[in-house]
Parts: sequence; structure tokens; C-alpha cells
Amino acid sequence: MNPLLEVSDLQAWYGESHVLHGVNLHVNEGETICILGRNGMGKTTTLRTIMGILRKRRGTIRFAGEDMMGVPLHRSARAGLGFVPEERGIFASLTVDENMTLPPKVAEGGMTSDEIYTLFPNLLERRGSQGTKLSGGEQQMLAMARILRTGCRCILLDEPTEGLAPVIIQRIGDVLRTLKARGMTVVLVEQNFRFAEKVADRFYLMDHGQMVEEFPTADLPQHRDALHRALGV
Amino acid sequence: MTTILGVPLQALLGQLLVGLINGSFYALLSLGLAVIFGLLRVINFAHGAQYMLGAFAALLLLKGLGLNYWFALVLAPVLVGLFGAVIERLFLSRLYKLDPLYGLLFTFGLALTIEGVFRWLYGSSGQPYSVPELLRGTVNLGFMFLPIYRGWVVIASLVACLVVWFVIERTKLGAYLRAATENPVLVQAFGINVPLLLTLTYALGAALAAFAGVLAAPIYQVSPLMGTNLIIVVFAVVVVGGMGSILGAVFTGYMLGIAEGLTKVFFPEASNIVIFVIMAIVLLLRPAGLFGKEA
Repeated sequence: MNPLLEVSDLQAWYGESHVLHGVNLHVNEGETICILGRNGMGKTTTLRTIMGILRKRRGTIRFAGEDMMGVPLHRSARAGLGFVPEERGIFASLTVDENMTLPPKVAEGGMTSDEIYTLFPNLLERRGSQGTKLSGGEQQMLAMARILRTGCRCILLDEPTEGLAPVIIQRIGDVLRTLKARGMTVVLVEQNFRFAEKVADRFYLMDHGQMVEEFPTADLPQHRDALHRALGV
Repeated sequence: MTTILGVPLQALLGQLLVGLINGSFYALLSLGLAVIFGLLRVINFAHGAQYMLGAFAALLLLKGLGLNYWFALVLAPVLVGLFGAVIERLFLSRLYKLDPLYGLLFTFGLALTIEGVFRWLYGSSGQPYSVPELLRGTVNLGFMFLPIYRGWVVIASLVACLVVWFVIERTKLGAYLRAATENPVLVQAFGINVPLLLTLTYALGAALAAFAGVLAAPIYQVSPLMGTNLIIVVFAVVVVGGMGSILGAVFTGYMLGIAEGLTKVFFPEASNIVIFVIMAIVLLLRPAGLFGKEA
């Protein structure tokens, strides 16, 4: 079976600065992978480059059999890629409901509003509020919820647990397991591998713009010490 | 005769009305500028020229094709909007990645070029455009006679401002626009064609200016420089209201128009500068403008 997302020898630049030095990774349909790595190693850049936000890039990105390198940014979503940025990207001038319905539907099979509000009951109570009046945890929920509506096949999820309380992190873990049960493919970027090991099937370790290790979650224990060193935690 | 602070009521109300009319134009024009600046981050110096183009389109549609005011009110904004779309696609869209100064310089040059061409073609003296038949005459309001056309201008501009406000604040397209104003890259990553949205926004701004131009044609003369005279005041309005604030632009437009009218009654010599005095005071106390968000 061909992977849903396949990235090979991906290079990317911010202006003159060469940040990705040949990233290779693949994600099978329905799989959740997690990219670990310290700050500044290129994790966020990898997601932004796959999505097509960073345009100064070279290499191959294939998604659902389609070559994504020439696809303009606004077509990435149509191809089935959903993006949840690290800073969450909740719009202050939009209500919660408007934030929720902003991304257009790209395919059938997305969650309905009812399903989403069952999954995120807090958002229902606050649907008329200004988006940025929500707490950090609620904003993260909203950032994920709005992508789930669209019917995308693969979510690029950038550090969803950053700065959040343990109980909220647990909720996000529940949501990711629910998504997995629905067959969603997830590319997760995390520094918190205690969280990630509960949701991911496979790990990549990133260092200086490259994937330096790849292992299934079952092998995490034997990598634990190395990861502690690599992540500096 | 009734007087207020030694000024005849008639004169006061008369100037208030003039202020309201001027305010209507300020509001329509600063609204377009605010919408364009909000999303494109371009200070559209060609706005006055687009207003002038609207008035000229009305005049030429009448003279060339025999199409009356009501056709012009719809067609002129469409034509000038299309012109705006072409300008955005061909030129402005290449400048977004550069310093905002380039957009300003480009639109300034564009304004000079358009006005220069029209001066060359039509001379700088104004040409009359008659009030449409339906809106001729005056109504007696009891305390004054109101020329019907002037009342129409106030109502038409209010309605136009309300429609634009509604589209931006209450519709899906408006939600895209507001979101793209905050974070265009993310909105595009969600699958929305932001470059097209930018083109539409510039076209909308230009069309609003042209709409104001058609409204203005029967009141002021249609002349190549009619926009130049107005646009400086309109920029002051935008600065007072706060760059990029929609409601701020509209409210400030009417408010400053009225302030100008009232100054004409009480201290006529200051009426030409009162808006700039207000601008200076606002900039000192609230640099982001009355409705702008403090950065």
C-alpha cells in the first residue's frame, strides 16, 4: 500500500537561511505519527512546508497520489490537508462560530456541527463570543474543531499541548484517539513525548533539519534515554 | 427669527446639512480606503482619482450612450471596479511583499497619471451634470427647504455604508475578509483563494469611490481634479477614525463633515482647517485613531 503522505529529500529555506536539509518521512492512511525534536530543529517548518505555506522548497511531497510541489497554497486544503498552527490562529475579529465555519468544506465525511459540539461542549456555550476571548485550551480545541469540519484526510497538528494544563492535554489526547477511531491521519509535532506516546503509532526524531531516527511507539522505552538527551528534558 | 448663540437657526441648519452632505462623501470614501487598507495594507492614493472616474463615467455614459443617472449609478461603479481589479492584478499584487511605501507610491503615481490623462482629454474646468428629474426640487421641512437631491445623497450614502458594513460583519465573504485581514496565510491554508479576495477587495473599494463620484456629479462639477481636492481631507478622516476600522471610518466621516459645517457657521475662517486640527489633536491623544486598536 502506498503511504497517504510521502515526503522525500525535502529542502526548504527562509530567505537565505537553509532550514530543511532533506527531510524524509511517510504516513500511512489512518496512522498518527509524531515528530519530536528540540526547538529550532525544523519541526514546524516541516509542517509549514508540507502544507505549502513555505514556498521556497525543493524535493518531493506526494499526498494521496498527487504531487503537491506545484500546488498553490489555497489548493492544499482542497487536496485534503488540514493545518492547525502552533499559535492556533484563532481570529479575534470573528466569533467562535465564525471561526468554526471559516475553513470551507473540502470533502464529504467531515464532522457535523453536532458531533463537534459533542466533542467540544465548551465551544457550544461560547459560540457567540469573540474567538480570542476563549482560554488557551478552548482556543486549541477550536483550532482543531474547525479543521475536523472540513472533511480533510490528514491533519498537520503543531504542538497542540504547548502551555496547556494537564486536564486539557488529556482532553486533547481523547480527541486524537476519537479521530484515530474515525480513520483520520495525523502528523503531530510535539516536545511532550509522554503525551505523544499515548496517541502516536510511530515517531520521528528531528535534528538540524533532518529526520535522524524513526521507530514505532512500542520501541519508545529503549529510546527513552536518547530522547531525554536529544530533547534536553 | 430664532437664533442659537447669535447665529440664525436657518444658517445653522443649512450648514449642518452641507456638513452632512460632505460627511456622506467623506464616509463613503474613507470606508473604501479603510477596507482596502485593512486587507491589502495599501494606502490607496488613487482613491480620489477613482472617485473622479466614477463622476466622469456618469458624464460619458450620458453624453456618449444616452444612459441616464440611474444607469450610471450602477454602471460606473462596475466599470471603475473592473478597472481597479485590473490594476490590482497587473500591478498592486506585485508590491505586497515589498515595503508598504511602494504601494503608496504606485497608487500616487497612478492618480497623477489618470488625472493627467483626463485633464489632457477634457481640460481642467468642470462640466455640469444635471440632477436627475426625479430628484429635482425641494421639500419644505418646516424649518428649511431641503433640495431633494441632497437628501438623496445622504440617504444613498448611508445605505451604501450599511450594506458594506453588513457584508463585512455579517456574511461569509465578510468573515473571510476579516480573517484574511488578520492572517492571510492561514486563511489561504484553509483553502480560500486569498489573492482573488485581495483583487475583489480592491475592486470593491474602487467601486465605492466611483459610486461616491456619481453621487457627487450633480452637486459638484465633474472635473479631473475633483478627487484631488477631496482625498486629502478623506485621508485625515481615515487617520482620525483609525486605519482599517470600518465603522470608525464611516462614523468619523459624518462626524467630521458636520464639524466642518458647524465651524462654517461659528468661525468661517477655520472651516477649511478644522478637520486637520482635529486630526492633530487625535494623533496626539490617541495615535491609533478614535476607533483603531492600539498597537
